[in-house]
Amino acid sequence: MAHNVEKDAVTGVDTTGHEWDGIKELNNPLPRWWLWTFYITIVWSIGYWVVYPAWPLVSSYTEGMFGYSSRQEVMDRIAEAKEAQSAYLGKIESASLDEIRNDGELLNFALAGGRSAFAVNCSQCHGQGAQGFVGYPNLNDDDWIWGGKPEEIMQTINFGIRSAHDDTRFSQMPAFGTDEILERPQINAVVEYVLKLSGQEHDAALAGTGQEIFVEQCAACHGENGKGMRELGAPNLSDSIWLYGGDRETLRATVTNARYGVMPAWTGRLDEATIKQLAVYVHSLGGGE
Amino acid sequence: MDQASQVSSPATAPQAAVEKIDVDAVNKKEERSLYKARVKIYPKRATGTFRKLKWLVMAATLAVYYLAPWIRWDRGPNAPDQAILIDFPARRFYFFFIEIWPEEVYYLTGLLIIAALALFLVTSLAGRVWCGYTCPQTVWTDLFIWVERLVEGDRSARIRLDKSPLSLNKVVRKATKHVLWLLIGAATGGAWIFYFADAPTLFVDVFTLQAPLVAYSTIAVLTATTYTFGGMMREQVCTFMCPWPRIQGALVDEDSLIVSYKDDRGEPRAPFRKNQDWSARGDCIDCNQCVAVCPMGIDIRDGQQLECIHCALCIDACNEVMTRIDRPLNLISYDTYVNHERRAANQPTQKPRLIRARTVIYSALISVVGLIMLATLLTRSTLDINILHDRNPLFVTLSDGSIRNGYTIKILNKQHDVRRFEVAVEGLENAVISVVGHEGTSGLEVPADRLAQFRVFVAVPASSLADEQQDFDFVVTDLVDGNRAVNDTIFRGPDK
Repeated sequence: MAHNVEKDAVTGVDTTGHEWDGIKELNNPLPRWWLWTFYITIVWSIGYWVVYPAWPLVSSYTEGMFGYSSRQEVMDRIAEAKEAQSAYLGKIESASLDEIRNDGELLNFALAGGRSAFAVNCSQCHGQGAQGFVGYPNLNDDDWIWGGKPEEIMQTINFGIRSAHDDTRFSQMPAFGTDEILERPQINAVVEYVLKLSGQEHDAALAGTGQEIFVEQCAACHGENGKGMRELGAPNLSDSIWLYGGDRETLRATVTNARYGVMPAWTGRLDEATIKQLAVYVHSLGGGE
Repeated sequence: MDQASQVSSPATAPQAAVEKIDVDAVNKKEERSLYKARVKIYPKRATGTFRKLKWLVMAATLAVYYLAPWIRWDRGPNAPDQAILIDFPARRFYFFFIEIWPEEVYYLTGLLIIAALALFLVTSLAGRVWCGYTCPQTVWTDLFIWVERLVEGDRSARIRLDKSPLSLNKVVRKATKHVLWLLIGAATGGAWIFYFADAPTLFVDVFTLQAPLVAYSTIAVLTATTYTFGGMMREQVCTFMCPWPRIQGALVDEDSLIVSYKDDRGEPRAPFRKNQDWSARGDCIDCNQCVAVCPMGIDIRDGQQLECIHCALCIDACNEVMTRIDRPLNLISYDTYVNHERRAANQPTQKPRLIRARTVIYSALISVVGLIMLATLLTRSTLDINILHDRNPLFVTLSDGSIRNGYTIKILNKQHDVRRFEVAVEGLENAVISVVGHEGTSGLEVPADRLAQFRVFVAVPASSLADEQQDFDFVVTDLVDGNRAVNDTIFRGPDK
């Protein structure tokens, strides 16, 4: 509060009574333009109360003269965007994957849609850049467990792996150790052979024994030279790409306990156009066949 | 304070050729109030050297502003034929032979640096002459005052009109003035839009109501600002809104030519009497002509003031009076502080020193920046590339064990013809390149004056990677003229 109001000797103007470090504030009138601007802002704000939602009430709020609502504005924009996309989505729904990929405009739309659908639905397991994690395949590389053609990718997305869907893809590897199919030394030998198959350092003598066991136990699914079999979802063991790791320890654990990946079926959850866009997008990442 | 009336004083000088004008400076040094209503200024018409100079500068600057967008410039079939064009939709800026892409806006920075330095230079030479002659605010205000005088008459007539009761004559004159002001304002905004589109086409579109909304709103906004700033606010823009007067005080020194009053010669001032003896008095006859012509409403005899824009109309007014009473000219003149001091000490005055450390340094800096800009302009390449390395994933291991990195390459073709390019790498052993959607690495087509984007994969056998990160270059070569652009980037592999 103002106290000690006095007349300033130099200017003859009253002070406001405020003093800081010996400096006193003069009580000069505000510039007139400033005052008018201030009054206009007050009038303006009253206009705001009338036009826009402003005052909270007990269980609602004043809605303003024109019923403006920012939420409604967003809804309208979303509806507008959906409307604008519907022509493309319709075309994508009726076109084959090849037709989409050969139509520049459709392809661009599908890639953009696929990218955003991937970020929402797939990136939790496969990573934002589809780079994968241990147990979750990298979709950028050229190794495909179930096939890397657009149709094959779409099949996987539609029905998943080991999902609840009847048409799901399914692979099963026996747990050679825990189910006591193989003895520990036999497992070690097989592991050495797999190391040899993939061109890594290995014990040559043990690998020889391992080869016999491999042919007997593993070749049915992984093939005699370990190239894998896509119909069964058996991975290629002779290349440099490993889903769970290709070192001795990890291989031993895999053979002993077996590994199962799971992916949900997306048919029914996502519409067909979105799944098609996803297939086209994943195929475009650089490893598609 | 009856500021707005004008009376002659016949009692004191019955045959004097010069009447005293009853006018007060808006910021008289005796009473400088911070807060009070604006005192309306009625600038009187001045005649003389500097007024003529101001008319010339006004004609030249307005001519440049209104005519520049209409100059044509042949750039071939794929580019606009307008010499000066800021093409926002295509993101190009054209200035005669110069064409600027968005990533080259540093030219604008260079231009602004030169403009600032040039302002420093002229200010150190002759004070706020930019403000007094070439500032758009001054040019348009001057034009508006000219219109005002045309319609309502000179200072005394305008004061009389403002004081007179409402009449048809008053309404017609006021309305005419405002309509003319608004027309000038509309023409100002109207000229501005032509810098952003093909002028002849837009001209027709504007009048047939075919032009885009942004054109009309630009005209509306500039009409409003020109009308308000030039007609209503005038000197208040310079005094209260513009930051420049505060800065400029620091740029003048004792050798700068400043519009100033020689108080040693003028004082003591007294009214003029015919055949009087000048030995006992100063040359200033206190006629107030210098105050009446001042568009800023100040009294130059109070010394240097923030409001003064160095337009020198007070010099013209005073010199006219000095001629009529047969006294030496230049009681008010462009003069240096050094000379004021020398006169006070009874020393001979000297010619202003134009070449000083300050002016030399400013000139040198202007030349340096100008030369750098010229050099980069002359060596400007018509081919440019940008390379984006994939961050996620950083690299991909392929089934044969090789490591692959993904890149997005943007090729900028700044020529006005379609060009075809080949992409290659340098400094990366055994690299295999593939371009997504293309057979091979050659024949990448980029449309005229456009940018095209390509996805490029580079794969390298793991064995030939010495480190987890390696630097190498992408080389893009024009298949026809062999023009090359080289850009360095990195190749990432697994941790070693």
